[in-house]
Amino acid sequence: MLAIALRELRSIFRSPLAWTLLAVVQFILAWIFLVQVEEFIQIQPRLAKLATAPGITDLVATPLLNTASLIIMFLIPLMSMRLFSDEYRSGTFSLLLSAPVSMTAIVLGKYLALIIFLSILLVVTAAMPLSLLLGGTLDLGKLSAGLLGLELALAGFAAIGLFFSSITSRPTVAATGTYGLLLFLWIINMASGSGGHSSALFAWISPISHLQNMFSGLVSSADLAYFLLLSISFLALSIRRLDSRRTQG
Amino acid sequence: MNALITTSNLNHYYGSFHAVQDLSLELQRGEILGLLGPNGAGKSTSMRIISGNTAPTSGSVQLNGVDLHRQPLQAKASLGYLPEQPPLYRDMTIGEYLDFCAHLHQIPRPKIIATINEAMEKCGLKDMQRRLIGNLSKGYQQRVGIAQAIIHQPDIIILDEPTSGLDPNQIMEIRDLIRELGDEHGVILSTHILPEVQSICSRVMVMNKGRVIFSDSMSNITDSAPSSLLFQLEQTPMVDEISTIPGVATVETLPDGHYRAELKDGLPLSEISEQLVAKGWGLSEFTPERHTLEQVFARLTMDEEG
Repeated sequence: MLAIALRELRSIFRSPLAWTLLAVVQFILAWIFLVQVEEFIQIQPRLAKLATAPGITDLVATPLLNTASLIIMFLIPLMSMRLFSDEYRSGTFSLLLSAPVSMTAIVLGKYLALIIFLSILLVVTAAMPLSLLLGGTLDLGKLSAGLLGLELALAGFAAIGLFFSSITSRPTVAATGTYGLLLFLWIINMASGSGGHSSALFAWISPISHLQNMFSGLVSSADLAYFLLLSISFLALSIRRLDSRRTQG
Repeated sequence: MNALITTSNLNHYYGSFHAVQDLSLELQRGEILGLLGPNGAGKSTSMRIISGNTAPTSGSVQLNGVDLHRQPLQAKASLGYLPEQPPLYRDMTIGEYLDFCAHLHQIPRPKIIATINEAMEKCGLKDMQRRLIGNLSKGYQQRVGIAQAIIHQPDIIILDEPTSGLDPNQIMEIRDLIRELGDEHGVILSTHILPEVQSICSRVMVMNKGRVIFSDSMSNITDSAPSSLLFQLEQTPMVDEISTIPGVATVETLPDGHYRAELKDGLPLSEISEQLVAKGWGLSEFTPERHTLEQVFARLTMDEEG
């Protein structure tokens, strides 16, 4: 499993795509970060008069993480689409199939590689608000809750991407499928505006409500369970899919 | 000794297309089995099934006595497989790729470097560790594919058209390699090149439309008594006259005083030649003709079509 993960990581970092994505995401988030810091400095005198003023974590770090979650949602399909599709296409998948490795190990190895790459992205994102520690104080508890939420969301989205990649030998189809499902999950809570029982369900299905809890510093087992369930079920589906692919030849 | 591969009643359907029908085969250590057949005969599918890449619709495969379906990991441990399209990652160097394969097959860490060097040397890839696979020619990619299949010294080696895309010298080298592998391991290979089978295989299996239509050891095919006789005479006797010679079944006239006689079994060639000379027809050429694999193959596959 580790060998598969290492090979996958090596191939991720050999493609210009990974570096381009890192650069683009970093640039956009840095821009947002600077805008937020600027804004914070401007309203600081007025904040000082308030008794329970929101701190720099609320005004800079949380909006940054919010944007990061959206941007990362858009780039996951680009990173995950190749995981299996490329192997189907180039015939390298039969190397894994005829080697003494289980389907579970193949799926987990690839998943691990994707998670490591996305974590790198997360670390450089986290470095920006952390740099504020040089000249101020941060609510580290709230920040780490937010980062944990982001990491879990990444893990869930990555599992979805992996599943769609295991379905097809065409990376673009895999990416389109992943985009479709992720966007749908993102907007499904729009239906919850009307109230009623179904709306509570829709709100629960959407990752947004769970993410908002964690961004505001609230880590509840229900939200953790949501993301874990999301990841595990799509990983299990991928393993199933690989098994059934063998019978089709 | 147990057979390395035992398959029983394998069937595979692609939708409603019956690609492999009731395939049962056995492979012993030290055997090289050649799988022949026209395109679409089910050779590749059979190999994919035996290598665990495709699950058969029905039937079972045992590798080294371990059931491939029930204990896939143990069974695959004794398997090396080269698919039709070599499974190469174009963005890796040969060294990195073989290192990955060694890890996949759980070769212990301290032995990895020695194993890689051995596999590279066997396949004629010495000192090419740092070359990028994507930049290699087709022939070298094929060699890396073979290196991948033998790196972990598997008991069973399955090669799907191992010599395709190679130049004649490389083909000779790879054939020598396969022959060498056949001493200690069991090898199945498929090919379109009949002389290749004749020169390296110890057993032949011909498939057509998903069925095995012929299976025999190579020695039975090539060592069999000659089936016909080609000869040239200076005079032109009547065909009926030649047919009277004992041992001759039928005679066919060919241009330039050539004749072909189908033989009945039993009579030694020396006697027939003596008879021909005794008749005083001026025998100037005398060639016994044996069944070649080409004839066997053509007859079998043509029959099926007709």
